[in-house]
Amino acid sequence: MINVVVNEVARGFGGDTVAALLREMELPVKGVAVAVNGEVVRRVDWPEHRLAEGDRVDVLTAAQGG
Amino acid sequence: MFSLGGVDFSSRLILGTGGASSLAALEKAIVASGTELVTVALRRVEASEHGLLEMLERLGVRILPNTAGCYTAHDAVRTARLAREAFETDWVKLEVIGDERTLLPDAVELVRAAAQLVDEGFVVLPYTTDDPVLARRLADLGCAAVMPAGAPIGSGLGITNPHHIGLITQTVECPVILDAGIGTASDAALAMELGCDGVLLASAVTRAADPAAMASAMRHAVVAGRLAAQAGRIVRRTFALASTSDSGLAKWT
Repeated sequence: MINVVVNEVARGFGGDTVAALLREMELPVKGVAVAVNGEVVRRVDWPEHRLAEGDRVDVLTAAQGG
Repeated sequence: MFSLGGVDFSSRLILGTGGASSLAALEKAIVASGTELVTVALRRVEASEHGLLEMLERLGVRILPNTAGCYTAHDAVRTARLAREAFETDWVKLEVIGDERTLLPDAVELVRAAAQLVDEGFVVLPYTTDDPVLARRLADLGCAAVMPAGAPIGSGLGITNPHHIGLITQTVECPVILDAGIGTASDAALAMELGCDGVLLASAVTRAADPAAMASAMRHAVVAGRLAAQAGRIVRRTFALASTSDSGLAKWT
């Protein structure tokens, strides 16, 4: 178990990759974007990109906006 | 037919989705507007309403992600890259805001972000000021269109400098889309009469008392303005020019 910060909220994470985190958060794969420590992680890299202790993760999706 | 970024659209109205009271109200407005392209923002998942993307997909409209809320080129570029991952589109409505009271664009940051995103292969649609020189610079960079503000976002003031909007349409070869400031249907018609290729609006519809009715009004206004622009209006005269001939006028003695 490592500690990460997702959208400014600390949480424990039992998995290892970005893809595993999204599964744990029960998020659809479609319509979601991820940045780790401010750097965009491309969709194709989600299954391989490993999260480390203290990583700051931003998980974003569509919202109404002009 | 209206071509933007290599894609043909039959509607010249682009609808922003911000400001709607509910997804159901938004859906009715989108349908009534006849638009084929709608903007969305990118926000943290817990702040986002579920079902927006599903609804847009169901309606078959194309998504144009925006970079609303970005104040630097760096943030706007990052947001565009995130949007590309989220929505699998390289289209972006590029907004780089310079002032939180007017929400007007920061020209320096905007040009910097546009150059970077064009380099990265994005179809860049920049929200810009009504400055014809800045519009030309953005067009020269390779932006797919320029989108000058008629007035500040959400102000409903209409087109405060119609002369400059007209100049922009004569200055750049890429499409010109009037973006922001529209309050009612006549503003959208005026934009098209000034030579704009399209209109992007959100608040005027989503915050109207009856969004679907206003969306329908905008749809007709954009069509009417376009037709009027092509029809060749009469010259303005100081004095009257009778439309009825005096020939055959009865004489009463």
